[in-house]
Amino acid sequence: MDKVLRIFSKDSFYIPLIAIILGLLLGALIMLAGGYQPMVAYTSLFNKVFGDLYNIGETVREVTPLILTGLSVAFAFRTGLFNIGASGQMMMGMTGATLIGITVNLPWFLHVPLAILAGGLLGGLWGAIAGYLKAKRGINEVITTIMLNWISLYLSNYIIANYLFDPKNKQRSLYIQDTASISMPWLSNLFNHARMNWGIILALLAAILFYILLWKTKMGYELRAVGFNPHASEYAGINVSRNVMASMFIAGIFSGVAGVIQILGVYHYQTVTAALPSQGFDAIAVALLGGNTPVGVILAAFLFGALNYGSAGMKFGAEVPPEIIRVVIASIIFFIAAHGFIRIFLKPFRKGEKAG
Amino acid sequence: MISAILTDISQLINITLVFSTSLILTAMGGIHSERSGVVNIGLEGLMMSGAFAAAVSAYFLEQAGWGIWGAWMGLVAAALFGAFFALLHAVASVTFKADQVVSGVVINLLAAGLTVYLVKVLFEGAGETKTLHAAVFSKVSIPVLADIPYVGYAFFQAYPTTYLAILIVLFTYFLLWKTRFGLRLRSVGENPGAADTLGIHVQVIRYIGVMISGAYAGLGGATIALTTTANYSHNTISGQGFIAIASMIFGKWHPFGALGAALLFGMATGLKNFIQLFPWAKMIPTEFIFMIPYILTILVLAGAVGKATPPAALGQPYDPAKR
Repeated sequence: MDKVLRIFSKDSFYIPLIAIILGLLLGALIMLAGGYQPMVAYTSLFNKVFGDLYNIGETVREVTPLILTGLSVAFAFRTGLFNIGASGQMMMGMTGATLIGITVNLPWFLHVPLAILAGGLLGGLWGAIAGYLKAKRGINEVITTIMLNWISLYLSNYIIANYLFDPKNKQRSLYIQDTASISMPWLSNLFNHARMNWGIILALLAAILFYILLWKTKMGYELRAVGFNPHASEYAGINVSRNVMASMFIAGIFSGVAGVIQILGVYHYQTVTAALPSQGFDAIAVALLGGNTPVGVILAAFLFGALNYGSAGMKFGAEVPPEIIRVVIASIIFFIAAHGFIRIFLKPFRKGEKAG
Repeated sequence: MISAILTDISQLINITLVFSTSLILTAMGGIHSERSGVVNIGLEGLMMSGAFAAAVSAYFLEQAGWGIWGAWMGLVAAALFGAFFALLHAVASVTFKADQVVSGVVINLLAAGLTVYLVKVLFEGAGETKTLHAAVFSKVSIPVLADIPYVGYAFFQAYPTTYLAILIVLFTYFLLWKTRFGLRLRSVGENPGAADTLGIHVQVIRYIGVMISGAYAGLGGATIALTTTANYSHNTISGQGFIAIASMIFGKWHPFGALGAALLFGMATGLKNFIQLFPWAKMIPTEFIFMIPYILTILVLAGAVGKATPPAALGQPYDPAKR
């Protein structure tokens, strides 16, 4: 019992919890100000997410890429790097999967792994560019990953529009071949045609891999040491710049696979787009809320995935513009990042604790 | 032949000025924030807040019969709303010492969500504001100067906001390099500890720097909503804030450098609209033209196109207790 109490009074537990509550409250206030009914809105959000099998399946579909991009940002965080490039790495992963999915003819047991490998590697290389520039030129990875995001957007659009396009519709690619699909038709049927796919299994495997890699291998020890104190690590004989590159490469693979799943499991084609995938930015929230741990990331991804997916229900149920959920997510990150704010909030309660 | 080339060039300059205006203003904002030591990834969101405030206030003032004055008031509203949004960034990153990059990302996410939400609230669920007719800027010709062949069309037939942007560049240089306040702001970004010892209120100066950045970025966003698009929707601002960051870095955190970079990037954007006019330019896919600013920024930082050194204390929260 004492142990349980200690967990519940830990910073890493109550800060995210209070941030979530404050974020939802703020969202409610903004809805009230806009003339909507927050209780009706949140109820319809909840109903949308858990309403029926189709919606449960689609929520899982929405959560899957968030787990992977969340792991990507968390992995970099663990090694002292800030990966804002999850969107771009995801974009490259999508492009790699589309490329292999369309152009190659192979039986499924070779086609699927090849497409995943290609997308993962492209994402990884995209991350490694930022890692290389950080390690060899000392350039802050924040700026390079932002710039690489936009470059990947235009590069992907160029590849889709010029080499993989559907002749009838130049705004998107052809469909990938059936042999490259990771959809699960039998499970989809079970879930009233929700777009179920093997992605969630891949994402959970990735979370386990994340854990083993960081905490059970020598490489992981070095990576964490570099994140903790690069100077001390250098002094202890760890090759810091190699670790920085490796970290961004691995982080990029996680995001790349997130993109692969969107193509092979959900859409089966890629569109020419004007915007970067939002999962790459939500990933920062997921990683922060999840405390950069694999289990935390999975839980946070479920929260944000459900909020994102359920926001469509708010529109039908309470006529609330779904964008309000972006505000809630942004506020939750704000409160976690500025947790000094939450501490001030808690001060009165804490004083009581001491007196008691 | 020569006259055709000169006409092309003069048209390209004219269109470059159109696309550069918002970048110039936003980059000036970025300089104020980052010279004071606060990273501002949130410029994109601050531009959104400005473009939103401008389009909405101009629309309602237009309805009230203000005519073109609605557009001018739209600029004021954009600066105020941008500064208000930037205040959130300042509270998080200066007072609560949050990670400045995280806080900037929050500003981007928050602005993207909140502005579209508010548009839908104000315009009966529509995804964009109603189109402006009277409260929108049109190009002005400066008498006499506009009549100079080629040069006149290139430089003296522009939106009033472009001239405003150039004035703000000059003012930024004057403020940051010729006044006591500017010296203080820059010193806080280089060595907050030393500045504190000399009795400068580090945190107050940083608040001011960040809020000015919000006001200018807000103006930058507003110039798009009040000239080229004449309304605000979710894609009115799509990447310009990040190109403004690129301009600031390329321009080495100096007003004139950033002005030059913003003009260069504005030209890259203008080329896309201009490409039909040059047969040779058709060979370059537009996607690659769009990439130019981002690739250039990486090259600049890598030292391939001149080395850029950011302010020494950039990104470090200042804690007097740890001095």
